[in-house]
Amino acid sequence: MTIDETPRGSGSGGESPGMARSRSTARDLERYAGLFARRTHGMKSSAMRDLMAITARPEIISLAGGLPDTSTFPAEDLAALMARVAANASARALQYGPTDGMGELKACIVQIMAAEGMDVGEDDLLVTTGGQQVIDLVCKTLIDPGDVIVAEGPTYPGAVPTFGAYEADVVQIEMDADGMRVDRLEETLDRLEREGRTPKFIYTVPTFQNPAGVTMALDRRRRLVRLAAERELLVLEDNPYGLLRYEGDPLPPLYALDRGEYVIYLGTFSKILSPGLRLGWTAAPGPVLEKLNLAKQGADLCSSTLGQHFVIEYFAQRNWRDLLDRLRALYRRRRDTMLDALAEHFPPEADWTRPGGGLFIWATLPDYIDTTDLLARALRERVAFVPGRAAYLDGRGGSSMRLNFSGAGESDLYEGVSRIGAVVDEQVRLYSTLTGVESAAPRRRAAARAERPESPGARILPLRRRTGGDR
Amino acid sequence: MSRVAVLAGGQSLERQVSLRSGVRVREALERLGHDVLAIDVGPDLVERLGAARADVAFVALHGRDGEDGTVQEILELVGIPYTGSGPSACIRCMDKVLAKHALRDGGLPTPEFYAFSQTAFESLGAAHALPAIEKRLEFPVVVKPAAQGSALGIRFAPTAEDVPAAIIAAFSYDTKVLLERHIAGRELAVSVLDGPEGPEALPVVEAIPRNGDRYDFEARYEIGRTEFVCPAELGDKTTLAAQALALATYRVLGCYGFARVDLMLAYGSGELTVLEANAIPGLTATSLLPQAAEAAGISFPAFVERVLDLALARSRT
Repeated sequence: MTIDETPRGSGSGGESPGMARSRSTARDLERYAGLFARRTHGMKSSAMRDLMAITARPEIISLAGGLPDTSTFPAEDLAALMARVAANASARALQYGPTDGMGELKACIVQIMAAEGMDVGEDDLLVTTGGQQVIDLVCKTLIDPGDVIVAEGPTYPGAVPTFGAYEADVVQIEMDADGMRVDRLEETLDRLEREGRTPKFIYTVPTFQNPAGVTMALDRRRRLVRLAAERELLVLEDNPYGLLRYEGDPLPPLYALDRGEYVIYLGTFSKILSPGLRLGWTAAPGPVLEKLNLAKQGADLCSSTLGQHFVIEYFAQRNWRDLLDRLRALYRRRRDTMLDALAEHFPPEADWTRPGGGLFIWATLPDYIDTTDLLARALRERVAFVPGRAAYLDGRGGSSMRLNFSGAGESDLYEGVSRIGAVVDEQVRLYSTLTGVESAAPRRRAAARAERPESPGARILPLRRRTGGDR
Repeated sequence: MSRVAVLAGGQSLERQVSLRSGVRVREALERLGHDVLAIDVGPDLVERLGAARADVAFVALHGRDGEDGTVQEILELVGIPYTGSGPSACIRCMDKVLAKHALRDGGLPTPEFYAFSQTAFESLGAAHALPAIEKRLEFPVVVKPAAQGSALGIRFAPTAEDVPAAIIAAFSYDTKVLLERHIAGRELAVSVLDGPEGPEALPVVEAIPRNGDRYDFEARYEIGRTEFVCPAELGDKTTLAAQALALATYRVLGCYGFARVDLMLAYGSGELTVLEANAIPGLTATSLLPQAAEAAGISFPAFVERVLDLALARSRT
C-alpha cells in the first residue's frame, strides 16, 4: 500500500482485513529472513506507514491521500458503458490482450497526448497497469544496484519504494516556485561524473508536481531536455496532472520539446477518468520501449483487457473532455478553499505553494516542528496529512507536509486545515514559551490575510530550502 | 477448551503492531483448539463483548486505550476474565512518569528525570527551570512523552538548543513529557512470565541497533534493522542482577501475567537501571518477549496457554 493509495474505511469495528488469518504475518518471519533477496532491504515498512494506516479511518478528515474524486463519474454512465462492453465485446474483453495494449485504446491515448501538444504514434506507446507500473518498468529496465536516479526534492512519495526496491542511489535536486533547479541539476551531474557514479535517468513531475504543487518553467524545461541530450541521459517525465490546470496557459511537456529522443513519457487515466481502472501508458524511444515491453511481459503479460474495453467505449460514447471540465471546476474550488483556509489558519511562520493545477499543496513549517510527530498530534484531532519526510530518501522534509485538496469536500477541507492550523499554533506558542522568542503568530495573521492579492498566481511562495538533515 | 475473544487493533498509534500481535495470538489459540473470536477494538467494543459470550479475553492491544488500563476497566465492568495486568498496573506502566516515581519510591534504580505537563510550561513558567535541569542531567538529554509505547516521540537533545524542538515533538504524543538523564550503555529487555511458582524472569535479550541509533521506532519492528541477541552475552552475575531487577520492577508496578522490562546496562560502571515496563509488550514475530520465551523453552502457544490459564485463575480468586 503506498501512501497515495491508502484506502478509506479499513477502520475499526468488526474484523478488519488486518485481523484475518494471514500466513505471512502469522509465522515467525525471521525464519524466512535468510531467504529474502538483498533488494528487500530497500523495501521498508515504517512508523510513518503505520501512522498512515490510521489516516484511513472513516472518522478522520484525510488530506493525506492523492485520491481523485470518483463521485463525479455518473454511476449510470458506468452501467451503460459496461453493458455495451458486455454486449459488443464480451469474449474479447474477458480474453488476454496484447502486451503493448489494444490498438483502439492507443488511439484514445494519441488524442489525450495531442491535447497537451504531443505528437505521438501508436507504435511509440505501451499501455501499462497504472502510471505506477511505468516507474517500476523503467527502473527494472535501467537500474542496476547502485545506479543513480536523479529526482526532485521533494519527490513523488509513491516512487520512493520503487526506487528502494531496485537499490537505486537517489540524488534529489531542490526546487523553487519554478520547479526543479536545473542549474543545480547540472552541477550535480558534474559532481556525479567526477565521483564516477552513473546516473541513468532523471525522474521529474514537471507540471503541478507531486508533492510540491509547483510547475517547471519553460526555460528550465528547454534546458533540461538539452542537458539530457548532451549527456545522453534519459528523462522520465511523469505527467498525471498536466490536464488538471485551473488557471494560466499550458506549458509544453518535456516529451513535446524533445520529440521522444531522450524523454520517456508517463501518462495515466487515473486522474482524468478513474484510478480504479489501473491503466496508464508510456511513450518512449524505440529501443527503450522494446525493453519496457519485455519487462512488462514478465510482470503481468498485459494490462486488464476489461478495463481497456471500458475506456475505449467511454471515448467512443462520451466526450472525455466534459468529465475533465467538471473535475477542473471541482478541484479549482477545492484548491481555493484550501488556500483560503491556509491563509486564515496557518501561522505567518509557515510557507506554502500555490499550485495552478494538480492535487497538492506543499506547506513548510518552522524547522523546530517535525511533521511526523505533528501527524500523531493531528490524528488526535482527527485530521491527517503526509509528512514531508515521505517525499525524501535522505531524511529531509522533516518540517514540511503535503496537503491534498481533491479528495475531500470543501467543508472538510476547511475544517481539516483549521484543525492542523490549531495544532501548529499550539506548537508555535509552546516554542515561544520555551525559548522566550516572541511568536509573530496571532497579530500578524490578520495583516497577512489583508495583504493577500486578489489576482491568482501572484502569491507563489518559494519552497524554502532545507539543508539540515534528520534531527 | 475456551471461547476466547482476541482484542487487537484499536485506535492507538500502535494499531498495526497490535494487529500483527493479534493475528499471531489468534493462530496460537486455534492451534490449541480454542474457539476464537477476533475483535478489532472500536466504539462497538462493549456491544461486541456482550454478544461474544467469551469465557476469557486475550488483550493484544498496545498503546492508548489498550495498554493504559481503559480496556481492562471495561473488561472488569462486563465481567470477562482477561489476560495480563489489571487497570492499576497498566496505568502505572503506560505513564513513564508514574512508573519512574513508583520505582524510585520502591528503591529501584531508574535514570534521573524531571517531568512536566504542557500547562507547567504555559502557565507556570517551567521553561525557566530548563537550564538548571539541563545542567543536572547533562547532555545529551533524552526527551520522552510520558505515555507513548514504542519509541515514537523519543528524542536525544545533544545541546540546549535542541531541547525545545525535542519537547515540542514529545508533546505531540502526550500532555506530559519527561527529560531524562541519558545512560550510555547496552539496551536489555527482560520479560517476566507468571507461573505456578510465581513470576519468573526469562532469558535476557539484548537489542543491538545496526545503524547505531538506539531510539528508532522503525528499527524495532523491522527485520534486519536491529539485531537481537538472546540470551544476551552477559556474565552470570549481570544476567542474574538484570533478571532480579526486572522481577522487582514487575512487583513494584503490580503487574500480572506477563510484562517486559527495559533496562540499561551502563558502559564502564556496569550499573543497571530501569527505563520502563510494558504491560502488554509486542507479541509479533519479531517481538522480544516471544523470543525470550522461546529461549527458555516456552513455545509461543505454550506462552499463550499459560497467560490464558492465569487470566482464568485470577477470575476465580
